[in-house]
Amino acid sequence: MEFTEILVSLGLGFLTTLNLFAITLCLSLPLGLIITFGLRTRFKPLSYLCSIFVWIIRGSPLLLQLLLFTILPNTVFGISNKEIANFFNCKVADVYFILVCAAFVINYACYFSVIFKGALDGIPKGQYEAGKVLGLKKGQIFSNIVLFQLVKRTLAPVSNETITLVKDTALASSFSVFELLAITDSIVNKFVTLTPLVYAAVFYLVFNGILTLLFGYLEKKMSFYKE
Amino acid sequence: MAYLEIKGFKKSFGNVSVLKGIDFSLEKGQVLSIIGPSGSGKSTLLRSLNFLETPDEGTMTLDNEVLFDAVSAKSDGEKVLRNKRLNFGLVFQSFNLFPQYNVLKNITLAPMLLLKDKVKSYKKELKADKTLSLKQRKEKINKYKKEQKLFIEQNAISLLEKIGLSEKINAFPCELSGGQCQRVAIARALALNPKVLCFDEPTSALDPELTGEVLKVIRSLKDQDRTMIIVTHEMGFAKNVSDKIIFLYDGVVEEEGKPRQVFDKPKSEKLVHFLSNLNEKEGEINKN
Repeated sequence: MEFTEILVSLGLGFLTTLNLFAITLCLSLPLGLIITFGLRTRFKPLSYLCSIFVWIIRGSPLLLQLLLFTILPNTVFGISNKEIANFFNCKVADVYFILVCAAFVINYACYFSVIFKGALDGIPKGQYEAGKVLGLKKGQIFSNIVLFQLVKRTLAPVSNETITLVKDTALASSFSVFELLAITDSIVNKFVTLTPLVYAAVFYLVFNGILTLLFGYLEKKMSFYKE
Repeated sequence: MAYLEIKGFKKSFGNVSVLKGIDFSLEKGQVLSIIGPSGSGKSTLLRSLNFLETPDEGTMTLDNEVLFDAVSAKSDGEKVLRNKRLNFGLVFQSFNLFPQYNVLKNITLAPMLLLKDKVKSYKKELKADKTLSLKQRKEKINKYKKEQKLFIEQNAISLLEKIGLSEKINAFPCELSGGQCQRVAIARALALNPKVLCFDEPTSALDPELTGEVLKVIRSLKDQDRTMIIVTHEMGFAKNVSDKIIFLYDGVVEEEGKPRQVFDKPKSEKLVHFLSNLNEKEGEINKN
């Protein structure tokens, strides 16, 4: 197999990785914020429920959750993933991809929710009170006063999670998702050569490098004020 | 009937009763100072006036309108509460400026957001007028928005002039001194033109050399006949600027009256004790 051929295959695999990464990040951040509100609500039953949910998700291995999610339709509803694929007229791999995405989104949302909660707890009560006495609505106080401070406070831990997510996407290779590591693995086995592993590592490194630069840039952009 | 009347304010937190029946009144354009030892309920009283706390009992009337009645307070929706709040402005001890906005935006943020509601009701008003075409309506709304925005900004600029911070219009709160922050906070409260402006120990978080500039601004507001309520530990200032003093002790109004009467001829033993304690402390500081 030629070098360029390998690179093209790996590139295609990386696109799937990128897809999984982007979907997880875009959905888990807002879902995480919703869970945060659940954790912080004064309605105790809901906050306990959210705490237990976060405990379960953060307390068990992501690999185990992926396994559970991919067999979920079969165990709970007795429908195999193949039947789902036939029903929706798509590939079985797509069904696996969606289930894996769901597991990733829920897992990361829980981590984000705890990060957001810590930051929100740290924003002085006076900021809310100042908004209140100025006659603002709760939603206005959150979106115009609190949200920006929340983003600034959580940028560093969120960048940590984001970089971990890039690497965690490799777990999907065990569940019929043909992302970068799965493709690499198949080439390694087929042609009995180890160099694709190095190429794959470079893909991950470069992508994480770009993300690091991006977060660094954002942090700098938001450092125009101190609290 | 007085401009502002508070009757029978009571408030407890759990088993601790903080306000035990407070009555006072204030005339329009007058300045009231609330003094008393810490824990006497000064801040809770001020926060109750601003609807940050809900008294368990009592009523409040402002400008012939019943603003608060503990009996019916729970039935007030959020919108009603927000509108009532706007009768009062509050300047906090810790400023509570919004750190991510510059000075101008700190002052204009709330008026701009409140404008959205005004535009909505204006839209409704225009919609009821069947003689206007869609295009005419849009033009009118855009014109209204533009005028209002310009007014809000001009108002903020003139407020900044009044507090002497015109050159800091684009500065962020972190770039200002404590005294400057507090002056901006005063301008921010004034931007909504409240009927009564409240101060919760406005100089307590400031270095001593910075209190003067803030007190000067408050005094200039008195000269413009603003109705104000000030919780303060600055006795000299309270004596000078106030029309009326209330001495709060353990959740009740222990003594009230004109500044001269309260400071020079205190009747209550507790007030005598409180004042002499303060004098002693000041004496000690001067000695050191």
